[in-house]
Amino acid sequence: MNFWRSTIGKKTVMAVTGLLMLLFLIVHMLGNLKIFFGRTDFDHYAHWLRTIGNPVLHESWYLWIQRFVLVVAVVLHAVSAYQLSRRDLKARPTKYSHHQRAKAGYATHIMRYGGITLALFIVYHILDFTTLTLNRHGVDGAAYDNVVSSFSVWWVTAIYIAAMICLGLHIQHGFWSAAQTLGYNRPSRDRAFKGVATGLAVLLTVGFLIVPVSVLAGLVD
Amino acid sequence: MKLTLRIWRQAGPAEPGRMVAYEVPDANPDMSFLELLDVLNERLTLEGEDPVTFDHDCREGICGSCGVVINGQAHGPRALTTTCQLHVRSFSDGDVIDIEPWRSVAFGVLKDLMVDRSGLDRIIQAGGYISAPTGSAPEAHSTPVPKPIADTAFDNATCIGCGACVAACPNGSAMLFTSAKVAHLNSLPQGAPERASRVLNLVEAMDAEGFGGCTNTGECTNACPKGIPMDSIATLNREYLRASLGRK
Ligand code: HEM
Ligand code: SF4
Ligand code: FES
Repeated sequence: MNFWRSTIGKKTVMAVTGLLMLLFLIVHMLGNLKIFFGRTDFDHYAHWLRTIGNPVLHESWYLWIQRFVLVVAVVLHAVSAYQLSRRDLKARPTKYSHHQRAKAGYATHIMRYGGITLALFIVYHILDFTTLTLNRHGVDGAAYDNVVSSFSVWWVTAIYIAAMICLGLHIQHGFWSAAQTLGYNRPSRDRAFKGVATGLAVLLTVGFLIVPVSVLAGLVD
Repeated sequence: MKLTLRIWRQAGPAEPGRMVAYEVPDANPDMSFLELLDVLNERLTLEGEDPVTFDHDCREGICGSCGVVINGQAHGPRALTTTCQLHVRSFSDGDVIDIEPWRSVAFGVLKDLMVDRSGLDRIIQAGGYISAPTGSAPEAHSTPVPKPIADTAFDNATCIGCGACVAACPNGSAMLFTSAKVAHLNSLPQGAPERASRVLNLVEAMDAEGFGGCTNTGECTNACPKGIPMDSIATLNREYLRASLGRK
């Protein structure tokens, strides 16, 4: 409990949950690319996701376990972010009359707004493709057509582009920051962690955006 | 050199403050920044005005008392330089220089540019020490310390407790200061008996003072006159995690 109450404890929770979400996102991004193998393959993949763990686990159980873990991760991450940010803002209420020497880059600067954007995006994304509430096609099991119906609309694709740029920036600072928070960083590893962070950020942003952009461009229909 | 100093004037902790402009028409480039304030204060005293209050002691960069924010930068524009070691030649004739106190909820302004940094003392009291028998000095060779570890410990021991890291941090965090204590004492065999309790107590005291948390922005290390690196913060995090998980 002392651990959770401390600033370093909360930050550690953010780092661990952040890395967990990052791991999920890498797998999620690679899975999405299956759309380029066509409707049958993609729908089959979407259906297979519900059968992971069979026959030990019942239909969709694995998916629900994963959803539960992810929701816990998102909530812990967001609650820590909120509590720490409130504390941080309270600790330095007075600004100086000049801007400070900007050591931190844009990705670092934008973490809080980017995080809020991601939280809103996660809700939108779930309503779009999981519950299908906002999906134009919205047929359960027809993953391919659901995806195509959403991304054929230019402003839906625009939302995804904006969100994935936020995600990339979040990861560019976040991955290195987590290495620092968890005490893995060393002067000898600093460049490597920064490099991998940028690599992951580009990989995920580009990897996720290929699908909506291809749909909008008519390459997938 | 002719300089215009815009200085934060505040009569007391609970009083409102404001920036007041003063002309210094006869600044000498070879003066230190504190001498520049001395010259201004002599004039203010002669004119029957209240001189500008600022903290200072050694004036050679080792005590950590001085420290003001100059044009938005803690300790001014020169890297690895305390305010007392900064010289007027770092500025140009005709410059307007804004001088403000350290800003952080944990550092209340006492008067003008002087703030209450006793929060840092309370952090030190919570764990910035080792237990050693007093009396005769121990035989140095009985506790060998590998050179790289001695270097790390020494580099971190150069922290002078000035609080520039807190002042520069957008979250008013004292992580760099606290991490210097941990990276100094926890890496040495002399600090080993209190290794876990030290880091737990230091962090608890740090949080209790109302300092913000670390978001790894690096402004602290940029402002630090002693070049305490971000690596020390990674060490603090590692030691805290280790102690919290109960590892010896
Ligand atoms: C619910 C939406 C999210 C919010 C509100 C949010 C907010 C934040 C905030 C405020 C920080 C701290 C930034 C700082 O220290 O300056 C942070 C760090 C981080 N975030 Fe997020 N974020 C969200 C989603 C994500 C996602 C989806 C990922 C997955 C890649 C992620 C990964 C990370 C990582 C790895 C860190 C670094 C942790 C550390 O510094 O130790 N975040 N997040
Ligand atoms: S870490 Fe650097 S900036 Fe912070 S108190 Fe020590 S010497 Fe001053
Ligand atoms: S007066 Fe001692 S460090 Fe500046």
